[in-house]
Amino acid sequence: MNGIDWSDLWSQIFNFSDYGDLIVLLQNSIIAGAVLGIVGGLIGVFVMSRDMAFAVHGISELSFAGASAGLLFGVGVVEGSLIGSIVAALIIGFLGAKSRDRNSIIAVLMPFGLGLGILCLALYPGRSANKFGLLTGQIVAVDDPRLNSLIAISIVVVVGLLVVWRPLTFASVDADVAAARGVSVQTLSIVFMLLLGLAVAVSVQVVGSLLVLSILVTPAAAALRVSSSPIVVPLLSMLFAVLSLVGGIMLALGGSVPISPYVTTISFAIYVICRIIAASRARRGISGRKAVA
Amino acid sequence: MKIFGAKSARADAEAAPPPRNAPRHVVLRVRGGALQFGDRRLWHDLDFDVRSGEFIAVLGANGSGKSSLLKVILGQQHLSAGTMTFEGSPVTRGNRRIGYIPQQKLADEGAPLRGRDLVALGVDGHRFGFPLPRAARRREVDELLASVGASEYANVAVSTLSGGEQQRLRVGQSLAGNPRLLLCDEPLLSLDLAHQRAVSELIDTHRRQRDLGVLFVTHDINPILDMVDRVLYLAGGSFRIGTPDEVLRSEVLSELYGSPVDVIRTRGRVIVVGVPDAGHGHDGHHHHDDDPGGNGPIGSTAQGGGPRS
Repeated sequence: MNGIDWSDLWSQIFNFSDYGDLIVLLQNSIIAGAVLGIVGGLIGVFVMSRDMAFAVHGISELSFAGASAGLLFGVGVVEGSLIGSIVAALIIGFLGAKSRDRNSIIAVLMPFGLGLGILCLALYPGRSANKFGLLTGQIVAVDDPRLNSLIAISIVVVVGLLVVWRPLTFASVDADVAAARGVSVQTLSIVFMLLLGLAVAVSVQVVGSLLVLSILVTPAAAALRVSSSPIVVPLLSMLFAVLSLVGGIMLALGGSVPISPYVTTISFAIYVICRIIAASRARRGISGRKAVA
Repeated sequence: MKIFGAKSARADAEAAPPPRNAPRHVVLRVRGGALQFGDRRLWHDLDFDVRSGEFIAVLGANGSGKSSLLKVILGQQHLSAGTMTFEGSPVTRGNRRIGYIPQQKLADEGAPLRGRDLVALGVDGHRFGFPLPRAARRREVDELLASVGASEYANVAVSTLSGGEQQRLRVGQSLAGNPRLLLCDEPLLSLDLAHQRAVSELIDTHRRQRDLGVLFVTHDINPILDMVDRVLYLAGGSFRIGTPDEVLRSEVLSELYGSPVDVIRTRGRVIVVGVPDAGHGHDGHHHHDDDPGGNGPIGSTAQGGGPRS
């Protein structure tokens, strides 16, 4: 019985031979990662302020189901995952106005979606690498048409978010007063769920459905640890998400391991560092309060 | 504690005193107002005016439709019968001339929101687009923060502020857009006595300075007893309106409730004993389950005698 060959293991995880060639080969993936980081980091701020982390997970499982069905029936993985996540987002949006209802609806939908996805994959006669990729991410699969669709959807999400940014913030943090001031809280909630559905669908294609949280939640959660400025937090969140994704892809290039462990590890490390910064600030009594002369 | 700071006193001195005996114009007018959910009638034939500079407390048992009255004024709920006009026109949704202060809820840690941001939402939170920093907006927010004595924690995350500090910010937020009418829905709930006093004094100061009409829904009139001009008491589908001395009397409330109710006045406080349970639970939107049981919606012995100034 052979134990693990550590040097072999290391070269599976990190392998930088022919790195220059690989970067050129995989530049689509790197661009995809950067774009995804911007989308995930930006919408993550609202995922946090609307307390929707669990919803993201639920939508991503349905997106996985859609993608698998798309693969099985030949509709296309991108189309399938889009349909799956938008349907899930709308169901959660319409039925889950209260956070209690929402959590139970998600908990009901999620295993169903996962089961449906596994069924479709089990019936799919093609290569198994594709199947696994939907769950844990597939770095090599970003060809030109796919990159274009990813960028197009991302533009829709970012522009949509910027348009509704202020009323959505109002509705997310202060729903009663927002409604009193004439903000259409319900409409915004549905608009947000649509944008979230789109963002999840594009993320699933790169990092896989199990790990979507690492770009839609972790970077924003990390940013919120170190700032509460409504401008600094989204900027930091985007920076963290782009760092995790692009950094993860660069490290993953030569290895034979899927991309997701790299991305999730970087994203987690950033979160831990932000927590340490926050704890040390709290210890030194930095709160932002100022004495009024 | 910074609560009774010099800030509000200074604001007092700066304010041009409104002409107290000038004829006051009607800000809000209700005629024959009725509100009904299915076969449950909350109130009917409601007639009253709120004049500028007038502070009216809205009292009544749980489920008497106090919060629903505010929802009607905010245009979120329609009257089943009657009319309601604000500054001469029928009430509409999202009127910027009506400020709203809800009860204090501890803000969530998940949102990037500092004191100044909460106030800024009152200034332009309803507009589309991304809030790019602008000098004019910043100045307006700074002025509002100063006017409620909240400059000290302008840049502190709202989730780390105390309930009283959060309510100060809410007062500042509600004053954005220079409203004519302020609607307060249990703004003192879950605050301690000192903060109750500070927040209600702040509201009182601003209604005098700005000649604001104030409708203040509360289950405990004591923190605001010496500030209110009139009391609107909703009970048993009906109502009484008048000065606290006219309305808060045993015979008036007994008639309104249709059962014997005692109003006890002691050490400057009003305590209502023997209010029958509204029976139908809460009024559909708000759940004031922290109303100390047994005693009435006005005062409660449980809260003891607060410091009076």
